Amino acid sequence: MKYLKLLLIIAFTLVLLFAASDLPYRGNPDNQMNQEVSMTGTEVPGNYYIQEAYNDAHTPNIVTVILGDYRSIDTLGEQIVIFTAGLICFLLLRKRGEGDDE
Amino acid sequence: MTNKEQSPIILLGSRFLSPYIMVFGFYVIFHGHYSPGGGFQGGTLLAASLLLIRIASGTEIASLQFKDYLATPYAALGVLIYFGTGLTAIFTGGYFLDYEQLPIPGLEAADLRYWGILIVELGIGLTVMTVLVLIYDNMVKGEDYA
Repeated sequence: MKYLKLLLIIAFTLVLLFAASDLPYRGNPDNQMNQEVSMTGTEVPGNYYIQEAYNDAHTPNIVTVILGDYRSIDTLGEQIVIFTAGLICFLLLRKRGEGDDE
Repeated sequence: MTNKEQSPIILLGSRFLSPYIMVFGFYVIFHGHYSPGGGFQGGTLLAASLLLIRIASGTEIASLQFKDYLATPYAALGVLIYFGTGLTAIFTGGYFLDYEQLPIPGLEAADLRYWGILIVELGIGLTVMTVLVLIYDNMVKGEDYA
C-alpha cells in the first residue's frame, strides 16, 4: 500500500512535469496573454484596463480600479460571503437563554 | 475572561498600541487608491485594534469601546452601503454599480468613479471589521456557555 502511494505520487509528478513542459516561457512578449487580441480576434479586457484605468477613475492604483469599478459585482459577492460567514457564526455560536433547548 | 485580576502593564500597553493600529487601518482604507490596500485589508486592521483591547482587558472594558450587540447591524449596514451605491446608480439612470451616475454635484465622471470606489471600500471595511469582532465575541460567549 505504501509503495502504491509512492508510485501514484511519482506518476502524478511526471504528469504534472509533462504538462508544465508545454507552458509558455514567462515574460515572452509573444505569449498569448501579452497579445492585444485574443485567439478569436477580439480585444482582451486586460489591455483596456491597463491603458484606460487612470483616465476612467483618476486612480493611480490599477488594482483598486479593477476590483472596485470594473469587477465591482465580484467584490460585492466577496463582501456578502464574509457577511454570511459572520451571520452563520452568530447563529451557531450565540449564547442561548436558559429556557431554550435545541 | 477567566482570570479575575487584570495586569495593568498589558492593559496599558494594549491601550497605547490600539489607536495606532486603528489609524493605520484607516490609512490603508483611505490610501487604497495610491498604494496596496483597500477595504478588506483595512477592515482587518481595524478589527485587530478592537480585538487587542478585547483580549487584553476582558468584556467589560471592551464594551465601552465597541458594544457587542452593535456588530450585526453594522455588518448589515456595510453591505447596505455597497448595495445602496449600486441601487442609487440604477435610480439615477445608469447600470448597477455604475459610479458615473452617482448624484454628487460638481464632479466629472472620472472623479465620480474615484469617490464611488472610496464609498464602496468604506462599506467593505465596516463589514469586515464588525464581522471579525462578531465572530470573536460569539466564540467567547459560547465558551462560557459550555
